[in-house]
Amino acid sequence: MATTRGFRGKRQGAEAGRVPPGQYLTSDFPVLSAGPTPRTALEAWSLVIEDTKLRELYRCSWRELLALPATEVTVDIHCVTKWTKLGTRWKGVSFDTLLEAAGTEPPSQHVMAYCDGDYTTNVPVADLRGGKGLIAYEYDGKPLALVHGGPARLLVPHLYFWKSAKWVRKLRFLNADTPGFWESHGYHIYGDPWKEQRYEGD
Amino acid sequence: MAEVLAIVGETPRAKSLVLNVPGWPGHLAGQHVDVRLTADDGYQAERSYSIASPPEQKEVVLTVERIDDGEVSPFLTGEATVGDRFELRGPIGRYFTWSPQDGGPLQLVAGGSGVVPLMAMIRHRARNGDGTVARLLYSSRTRDVIIYRDELDRLAGSDDRLGVVYTLTRESVPGWQGRTGRVDRAMLDAVAFAPELKPHVYICGPTPFVENVANLLVAQGHPPGRVKTERFGPTGGT
Repeated sequence: MATTRGFRGKRQGAEAGRVPPGQYLTSDFPVLSAGPTPRTALEAWSLVIEDTKLRELYRCSWRELLALPATEVTVDIHCVTKWTKLGTRWKGVSFDTLLEAAGTEPPSQHVMAYCDGDYTTNVPVADLRGGKGLIAYEYDGKPLALVHGGPARLLVPHLYFWKSAKWVRKLRFLNADTPGFWESHGYHIYGDPWKEQRYEGD
Repeated sequence: MAEVLAIVGETPRAKSLVLNVPGWPGHLAGQHVDVRLTADDGYQAERSYSIASPPEQKEVVLTVERIDDGEVSPFLTGEATVGDRFELRGPIGRYFTWSPQDGGPLQLVAGGSGVVPLMAMIRHRARNGDGTVARLLYSSRTRDVIIYRDELDRLAGSDDRLGVVYTLTRESVPGWQGRTGRVDRAMLDAVAFAPELKPHVYICGPTPFVENVANLLVAQGHPPGRVKTERFGPTGGT
C-alpha cells in the first residue's frame, strides 16, 4: 500500500467498526439530489405496486399508507459520497407489510423504484424482504422532510443510500435486474457499502 | 496514482492542484474524482473533488477549498507539495456534465466552491470555441473568496456570448460592479436565462444554496428535468 507523505488523518473512535471502508462519520444529515426537490400534495399522493407487465397489484393513498401497520427501525446509513451516519431512527411500512396488504407474493426477483422527479433505482426483492426494506415516512420522530425524500422514501439501509430512493411513488417488479438512474450513470448495480461497491466494475 | 505537478493559490482558502495522472482516460466537464490518502499505519481517508480542468487539458486540475475541521482538504491545501503522490480514482458521475453537443443556452449558478465543476464547463466551452450562449451567476460570501475571478473576467471580456455576474452575500464593497445579496427571484429574472429560452441549468453549491435556487427556478417555470443540481456540505437545517 502506497502511503501519502505527511498525511495523518483523523482516526475514528470506538464506532470505527460500524463505518464501512472509505466512509467517514458525520453527525449532520447531508442532502444529495440530482435535481430540484419535487412537491406532491398529500391528497394527490399514492403508492403503487406493479407487476412485470405493468399491471397494478396495489395502490394506497397517503391515509391508507399511514393506516397500515408501521415498523420502527434504528439503522446506520452510508452514502456513496462517503458519509456515514449512525443510529438514524425511521418509521414506515415494511415491504413485507405492503405485499401482505396487496395480498400477493413477489412475481419476480427484482424491483425498480419510481419516484417524483423522475428518479429510479433498482433493488433485488431479496434486499427488501424480511424487514430489510421500508417505505419510510418519519425520520427521528418527525414527518420526513421534503429535502430528505418526504413525504415518503424507500429505505434500504444496508445498501448505499442512493438505493433508498427519495419521493418514491411506485415499485415495479422486473424480470431482470435493470439499472436505474445512478446505476446508468456510472454507479454500481447493487451497492454494498461493506464491499465498497461504489462504481461500475467495483 | 496522481502526482502533484503544481499548486496554484486561488483564494486564501482554495488551491488548485495540477496533477499528472498516468493512464487518465479523459473526462467530461462536470465530473469528479475520488481522492484516497493513506497514512503510515495504513489508515485511509477518501473524499470526492470536482475536476476544474476542461477535457482538452492533459493534466487533471482539482480546486480544493479548505474545510477547517476537514480531514482531506487540510492536507491537500496545506501539506501537499509538488512531487507528492496520492491515489485518485475517476472520472466519476455521468449526469452533472455538459458537452457542446448538449447545446444551450447554458445557465450556470454557483455558490462558493460550487463553481469548480461549472468552471470545467466554461473552460470546455472556451477551448471548444463552439459559441454556445452561456451565463454564470456566481454567489460568494465576500470578494476575496471568489475563485477564478481573473480568468472569468478575461473570458467574459473577450466573448460576448458569455456573461458572468457575481453576487456578494456578506460584504458590501464601495464601487462594486456586481450584485449584492442572496440569489432571489428578482436577481434570476434580471440576470438568468428565462424559461422560454429553455436553458440547460446547472446549479452547484452548499445544500441550502442549491435548494433555494432550484426551487426559485422551478417556480419561475423551468422544467425540473432541465435543472441539474450538485449539493455539498451540511444541510444548514435538520
